[in-house]
Order: sequence, then C-alpha cells, then structure tokens
Amino acid sequence: MQTFERPKIEYTGISKTIAEIAVVVAKIAGPILRRLAWFVFFGVIIFGCAFVWAVGRFVNPLVPWIVRDIIVVAGGLGFVSLVAMVGIWGERKVSGHIQSRLGPMRTGGWHGWLQSLADGLKFVQKEDLIPASADQPLFRLAPYIALVPVICAYVVIPFGASWVFRDRDVSLLFVLAMLGIEVLGVILGGWASNSKWSLYGAMREACQLVSYEIPMGLSLLVPVMAVGSISLVQMGKAQSGGWFNWLMFQNPFLFFAFFTYYIASLASCKRAPFDLPEGESELVAGFHTEYSGFRFVMFFFAEYAAMFAVSAIATIVFLGGWNSPVGDATSGPLWFVAKGMFLVWVQMWIRWTLPRIRIDQVMHACVKYLLPFTMILFVGSSVWQLYGSQFIFYTRFILGGLGLVMVGLFLAGAGYGYVNRGRLVGRLARKHLPGA
Amino acid sequence: MKEIEIHAQPDLLHEGEIASDIRTEELLVNMGPQHPSTHGVLRVVLVTDGELILKATPHIGYLHRCAEKIAENVSYRQYTPYTDRMDYLAAMNNNLGFALAVEKMGGIEVPERAQYLRVIFAELNRIASHLVAVGSYGLDMGAFTPFLYCFREREWIVDLFESVCGARLTYSYITIGGVREDIPEGFVSQCKEFLDFFEPKIREYNDLLSYNHIFINRTGNVGVCPADMAIGYGLTGPCLRGSGVKWDLRKNTPYCKYDEFDFDVPVGDGRFGAVGDCWDRYFVRVMEMTQSVRIVRQALERLSDGPVSAKVPRMLKLPAGEIYFEVENPRGQLGFYIVSEGGNSPYRLKVRGPSFCNLSVLEGLAKNCLLADIAAMIGSLDVVMGEVDR
Repeated sequence: MQTFERPKIEYTGISKTIAEIAVVVAKIAGPILRRLAWFVFFGVIIFGCAFVWAVGRFVNPLVPWIVRDIIVVAGGLGFVSLVAMVGIWGERKVSGHIQSRLGPMRTGGWHGWLQSLADGLKFVQKEDLIPASADQPLFRLAPYIALVPVICAYVVIPFGASWVFRDRDVSLLFVLAMLGIEVLGVILGGWASNSKWSLYGAMREACQLVSYEIPMGLSLLVPVMAVGSISLVQMGKAQSGGWFNWLMFQNPFLFFAFFTYYIASLASCKRAPFDLPEGESELVAGFHTEYSGFRFVMFFFAEYAAMFAVSAIATIVFLGGWNSPVGDATSGPLWFVAKGMFLVWVQMWIRWTLPRIRIDQVMHACVKYLLPFTMILFVGSSVWQLYGSQFIFYTRFILGGLGLVMVGLFLAGAGYGYVNRGRLVGRLARKHLPGA
Repeated sequence: MKEIEIHAQPDLLHEGEIASDIRTEELLVNMGPQHPSTHGVLRVVLVTDGELILKATPHIGYLHRCAEKIAENVSYRQYTPYTDRMDYLAAMNNNLGFALAVEKMGGIEVPERAQYLRVIFAELNRIASHLVAVGSYGLDMGAFTPFLYCFREREWIVDLFESVCGARLTYSYITIGGVREDIPEGFVSQCKEFLDFFEPKIREYNDLLSYNHIFINRTGNVGVCPADMAIGYGLTGPCLRGSGVKWDLRKNTPYCKYDEFDFDVPVGDGRFGAVGDCWDRYFVRVMEMTQSVRIVRQALERLSDGPVSAKVPRMLKLPAGEIYFEVENPRGQLGFYIVSEGGNSPYRLKVRGPSFCNLSVLEGLAKNCLLADIAAMIGSLDVVMGEVDR
C-alpha cells in the first residue's frame, strides 16, 4: 500500500510562536470541546440570547450613534461574509448528504467546517487572469456591481425590532431595488468577458430576472396590502404573538403568495431549477466562465448573500420575522437567522433534486402561469380584506394548522432519513469511513 | 416535434435610413472539444440565432489512436487489450465481440462454462454502461444527484469485476477461446446480492429522474428520430429501439447461448411525446437494465463446472479469408471485420463502432432546436468518443 507523507513545514519567528500556542490550545481544548459538544451548542445559543438581550437593553441607548453605526457596519459585513461562508460549506454538506456522500470531512476537524475558508484562501492565491480580448475596465468592475448592492440590501433588513441599521419607510422597495441591480453586474461580466458562452449566460440572466421581478413584486404586494406598510419593521411588528399571527396564515391568498414569492425568488437568485445563466451542461459556466480567483469569489459571495437576502425577506414578510412561533421571545435575531437559514436550506434541497428548466419553459412558466396566478392572488386578497373580515379569526388557525402539518411532515421525513441513515449512505462510504 | 419558426429578416430593417447600417447575422459557436456536455472530446459547430440552433455539425477525430492499424502489427491475442480502449465503458462487450469474430474464423470451440461466464460479464457490463449513460444524462439535464446514485451502484459492479480480473476499467477478461481465469470463490453469491440490491434501485431512478415533470418536459418531443430515419442513418442499439424498431442481435441472431435465456427487447413507445424522442431513447436504457438483471440471474443458475478456456496456441494463426461479426454492445452493434492472409496478425481489421454511426444522426436531429436541446440530444445518443474515433 502506498503512503504519502506530507512535507514538514518549518515555522520561524512569530508564526512559530502562533503554531506552538495553537498546538497547546488544541491539545487542551480539543478533547474538552468534543466531550462537551452539546453543552457548547446550547451554551452558545443561551449566550447568544443573553448577548442579544443585553445589547438591546443597555448598550444601544448609551453609545453615540456614530460609534454604533461603525460597529453595526462592521458587524453587518461580518454577518454577510459569515452567511456566505456557512452557505458555501452548507451547500457542499447538503449536496453530499443528499447524494449519499459525506462532503468535506477533513478541513478544520469537525465535518470540514473550515472548508469554505480554505476555498477562499485558495482563490485569493490564484493568478489574477483577465482574457486578452476582454474589456478590461468593465471586466474588473462587474464583480463589484454584483456584490456591493447585495450587501447594501442588508442595511434595511431588520434582525429584530430594534436590530436594524436604518429603519426606512420604503425598506422593502429598497431591498428589491438593490437585488435588481445585481443583474447589471452579471450582464456587464458576461459582456466584458468577450466569450460567447458568457454572453449567452448574461442574456439569459437578463431576460429571466427582468421577467421574474414582476411576479416577485406582485406576490410581495399581497402582504404589503394586508399590513398597510412597506416598512419591514412595521411588517415584523404586525406579526407578534405566535405562529398563527404570521402573515402567511392570515388568509388563503397570502398562503399561496408565500409559495409564488419563493419560486420567483429562486429565479431571481439564479438557483436551480432556474440556474440557466450558469447552467454548466449547456453554457460551460455561464457568465463567469472567464472569471477566476478573487473576482469569481465575489460572484460566488454575491450569490450566497442574495440567497439569504431573499430568504430574509420571505421570513419578515410571511413568516413572522424575528417573532418566535410561541409568544414573544427576547432572542429575536436568532429566530430570524434560523428561519432565514431554513429557507436557504430548502433552496439547496431543491437545487440538488430537480433538473434544469429550458429557457423557453422558464419564460412560459413566468408569463403563462406565475404572473396570472399572482395577479389573482392580489385581487383575491384585496376582496378578502374588504368582505372577509369575519372569517379571518378562524382562517389563521386552519391555515396555521396546515403549516404545522407541513412542518410535521418535513420533520417526520428528516427523522426517517436520520434513523435509516445507515441504509441510505453509500456502500463505499460505509466501507472506507466507518462511523461517519 | 415542436415546430419553432425561424423568423426571416424583417423587411422593416431595410426601409428606414437609420436601420440601414444595422446588419444581423448568425452567431457561430464552437461547442467543444472541451465542453461539459459533449461526453469527451466531441466538437460541435453550432450556427445559432440567439438561443435557436439553425445547424449543428459534429467534428470528430480528437481521440484517434489508430486502433485499427495497430491490429495489423500485433498478434490476435495481443489485440484484445486494444479493444478495451475503444468503448471504455463497456470493455467486456468489446472483448466479447473480438473474441467471437476470431473464434468463428478459426473454428474454436468455447467450453460451456466460459460461454455462461461471458454472458454474465457482458450483461453486468451492460448494466454498468447504462448506469453511466442514465446518470450522465441526468447531469446533462442539470440533475446532479441521480448521477452519483448511478455511480454508487456502478462502483459495486466494478468491484465485482476487480475481484475477477483485477482491473476496474479495461478488463481484457474475455479472451480468445474463453475467459482468462475462473471466478473467485463466493462470486456467485456476491453477484446475487448485488442484483437483489440493484433491482429495486431502478424504481428509485424512475421516481427521481425518469418521471420527473421537468425532465419529461426537457426530453419529451425533443430530438425526434422516426423509425425510417433511424434505419437510414444506421442507428443501432438503444437509439434504434428508442425509435420503436424491435431489433436486438441477442434475440435476432443469437450468439453465445443468448437463445436459451428468457428476456424481452424493450422499445420506445412515445409515452411522453413522439416515438423516438430523447425520453424514449433514455428510457429504453432504463428498461434494458431490468432485462440484463434477468439474464444474469438465469445465467448464474445455469453455471456448471468445467474448464473456462479452450486450448488456443499463443501465436494463433487464422486461415486465409475474411469475416464480419457483430455483437450487441450497450451502445449498439459492434462489428469486427477481419481479413486474414493466414498469418499471425490480420491483414486488415475494420471496426464498426456503434457510437460513430449513432453520432451521425446528430446533424439530422439538431435543426431548429434550442441550445439546451443539443445537450439533451448528445446525451440521449450516449456516444463514447473513444469508440467514435478509435
């Protein structure tokens, strides 16, 4: 049997000190952490709750606004990077487990949690390559135009009643506008690459996103009309007090509007089955065929940040935002992130299950089915609000029960999969990685 | 086939003064030789009008290795490994085709046990090859997961092959006069275990991919090849049967004890569109896997003791003359045409590769379709470039 030895790396100077400290810390903390994994898990949650509560109660009113803004901007940027990195790692793990593989298992120890950092480091080290015939300024500009608006969208997204950087009256419109600008970056990138495949990807993206913005906006108008405000904070505040107060369960039209919004948001994030702009079996890699290194990472980051952004809107507008399913809780932001991450996970689930739609079918689905349906929802919801007020009280429990049944079915399926994971995992994984 | 009209140049363009300097023309796109969905080094030159394909011309020859010329310089027994490299996903069947051609010419009698072993391994390899075809067709359609499920099952077959002959891709197991060596102990039970595991999995693929609404929309009514067109272009194998022609050499001109087995020849019935569309060609492969499982089960039962190889001299000399012999490969009919002058090696060896003939229909199919349909058509023809170029 062949064995490969890793070359020994000689550390000197300060890196030697760091490496020694890291080894000592890992020796002591590693076994403890492993033994107390569950305590650490719940401890982090409890500590997070306490931190969230303390910041809202004591710190926020005291510090001057400029300091607070700087901290929030840094925290926001950190959060976006964290979301993207967790998303990339999660995508690989989710796809692995769906495909009876394990996904990354080595980098960083526990289930390869450092994998996306390692990926990022690899990309940063790569050669900065621009094709000779590319349009240099546009080629350099495009990734920024794709990434910056997505991060801007996080400015108005409320993580809790008081956890929002800028509470504006038009925050929902602002998020949609920022997500709409992302298209420009992709078109620029595809055009500037001067590659035919990139151009195809960019044109597909343009036609797909412009069409799906309409059903997306229409299905968001339904809850907007129900609340009477397009401020995300107002919408979140209107849904406190338990899961049956969430906007999704207020009337049947809102219930379906959630699903139409979710489908349209899949298309606007270029997620499968609408991933035509980068469909690898047709267009090699679509609009980022010619991109490599850090510029590619920016497109990648933008995609995952946008995934969480559209899920965050769905969470605030339909799923009660930061409100917990049972009464009020102080840990609002954690509930918010948990719901958003769940929706991101569903996006991944769909991606690794369904084949890709053809471009004409994408347009048919939008113009022939989704658009008329959302219009009906819009009209129906307004009629309901005019005449259906006496049913509302009972409707929310019926629809809420339906939602609970769906969650229950999902949990049952997940539990079945977990119990039978030994049967579902591949023979090879069992043979080569026992106990995984 | 869904008619997509090609709009002529609007006359308005030529009227206005401003528009007079606007000129539109078709976009020429090179798909391949390095492209994810061309299954190797196929190059297709596409004439496109936006997303619409006006013409697609396949260009081949990037993997040419002079496999036929080499045969003139090596002895018959030395040539078996070269047949592995033609259709590298179905090396057992290639070995079988060459061995049968040489045996028929030299009048070599093959022992009974070897004949059943040949059937077992040819059919197992057919399953493995169809698994790759089905899985990578899902990949062409953008469904990544079925691909890995199929490769998970194929891995087991490859493990079985490894336990028999030590190789995982290029087996050279079926040689002239029989098979190279006997199966190891416990192989029969392992093989049965695999078949019991594999048969229900086919239903899983159908649930996940074959009957998926999106998948049907992508493949039904796309790339329709009617029966007369299929025969005219010389299609064979699943591509021909997908067009509704019931022609299978294992049934029509049985070789190697195939006449003893009870199995069906599935044909495309146009369930989700016209007969001979991509979905039919795909689904014929899925159904053939079930039939192969049936054949392997019967062959395992009939396996009797005895020698596994006839006595064949190391330097085999064939009598002067010529012979053409065809076998049913996973991709179609693989034919070997051997001209001998009575020496150690053939005077000329010509191979009829099924992928080569199947690929020729691409130009006829890919007219007025969308860009994404090209991937669907190439995938449904299931070409292996190693065999197209030889």
